[in-house]
Amino acid sequence: MKLAAAITDLEQLKGHPAVARLLAWNPSAVVGVKFDRDEMSISVDGSNIREACALLRDDAKCDFTFLSDITCVDWYPAEPRFEVVYHLLSIAKKERVRLKVRLDSASPTVESLTALWPGANYFEREVFDLFGIRFTGHPYLRRLLMPEDWEGHPLRKDYPVEGYR
Amino acid sequence: MAHLTPTPVLEPGQDRTMILNMGPQHPSTHGVLRVLLEIDGETVVRIMPDIGFLHTGIEKTCEAKFYQQVVPLTDRIDYLCPMTNNLCYVLAVEKLLGLEIPAKAQWMRVLMNELTRMNSHLVWLGTHALDIGAMTVFLYCFREREEILKIFEMISGQRMMTSYFRVGGIALEPPLGFFERVREFSGRFPSKVDEYENLLTGNPIWMMRTKGVARMTAEDAISLGASGPTLRGSGVDFDLRRDMPYSGYENFKFEVPVSQEGDVFARYMCRVRELRESNKIVRQALDGMPEGPIKADAPGIVLPDREKMKTQMEALIYHFKIITEGFAVPAGEVYQAVESPRGEMGYYIVSDGTAKPYRVHMRAACLANLQTLPKMCEGGLIADVVAAIGSIDIVLGEIDR
Repeated sequence: MKLAAAITDLEQLKGHPAVARLLAWNPSAVVGVKFDRDEMSISVDGSNIREACALLRDDAKCDFTFLSDITCVDWYPAEPRFEVVYHLLSIAKKERVRLKVRLDSASPTVESLTALWPGANYFEREVFDLFGIRFTGHPYLRRLLMPEDWEGHPLRKDYPVEGYR
Repeated sequence: MAHLTPTPVLEPGQDRTMILNMGPQHPSTHGVLRVLLEIDGETVVRIMPDIGFLHTGIEKTCEAKFYQQVVPLTDRIDYLCPMTNNLCYVLAVEKLLGLEIPAKAQWMRVLMNELTRMNSHLVWLGTHALDIGAMTVFLYCFREREEILKIFEMISGQRMMTSYFRVGGIALEPPLGFFERVREFSGRFPSKVDEYENLLTGNPIWMMRTKGVARMTAEDAISLGASGPTLRGSGVDFDLRRDMPYSGYENFKFEVPVSQEGDVFARYMCRVRELRESNKIVRQALDGMPEGPIKADAPGIVLPDREKMKTQMEALIYHFKIITEGFAVPAGEVYQAVESPRGEMGYYIVSDGTAKPYRVHMRAACLANLQTLPKMCEGGLIADVVAAIGSIDIVLGEIDR
């Protein structure tokens, strides 16, 4: 099986319900789209992530009611350095979509989704703990896995695998 | 491990509540879960799980390994369902590579996955009943689990950390007598489930301890990210094996058990019925097992057979190259989810085109399921906390990673 090339052209992908909904709301919120290996990724401007998720959750055509996962990728030393990745699932439509937000290293801050999905709580705390991303509006943003007095964020690329000794 | 210094939320002049620490050594917390309870007499006012005691940084370790070296690490995430984790990881890497897997390997994966599900559910049933006070079931469950572990040992050489799946297929042909042994086991398994059900399902003490306890509505379950039997126990009919099939699950016929009540008993019934459904899938896999190769035809990715290495130079070269330099994976990202015994197990893998993954993230079903605990327990009794923890079937290895 040969891999099909990824589609990144917005014109070809605007038929996708999630892309169409976001474009209808605010075309400048959609920074980029990618359809690769049967998976849809939408890059969203950082300041719009909460509204974008609320739209995709409440729109009947999208119906992404389930937040599967939140995680982060560190593209050190590139800027903007961090990429927070959201995976949404539609239980009724049996579809997934991936939303991505790029954040620079100077102030890696993004709005929390806990108001939409209380289940975002632990995912965001984990990302805060391991990457140092701040989620504004989170009710209890403290370390989840590492000890409270730990220094640094272990999953950042400039943190050595064997730790500091 | 955030709550090193818990501060009770007390209104001034109102000192009715106290803080009770449960775990991380408490036997009903299944490993190292610590729970802080704020109680008013016997009633739970607030509950805060505290996790991280088993954090080993597996996600960070993965970034320093070749793709094929990550497989044994995935066993150790959820040590009760190693094959499910193996499967999820290799499916994700195969999706990145665009590899086609032969039918026999797919069916073997389904067969082993369902045995793993039975293994995991048996441990859950035994320990859950033990927590609530039914000792006998534990011994019965571990009797059958022992046989499953022997089957694992037969096929992979390991009882628990099997690492049997490989990127591109499975590690070895099943040994002689393997299918007969599985068939014999699955033939008598339904009568054993009857035995457990005789002890528990109609038992008045069991019903009093579980019915109407730790309720959760479907809306709460979805908004808290619950999945697997924790979600289906609240009446949401969703199973990734049936609804978003992977690894050839579309070829199998099985029911997805759903209960409407959303209490501990509903989740118990879901899992017990899943035991029977898994056994059905095992029978179908045994009956329809296709013939053919067990590894994909991808010389630079799949290790060559030992026999070929002794006679063919190319095979020896490929072996040397895979072991010493790994294999490059085209750049991209995938999210692959499978239905683990506990819910949606997902692997998000980012490749930058080299032989080592740029980022591996595991979506742990238990981590999300654990968040439902306050919803279930607040306002209930302390004794029901134990029943609630048992009913969401947590494995701390997966939560903490």
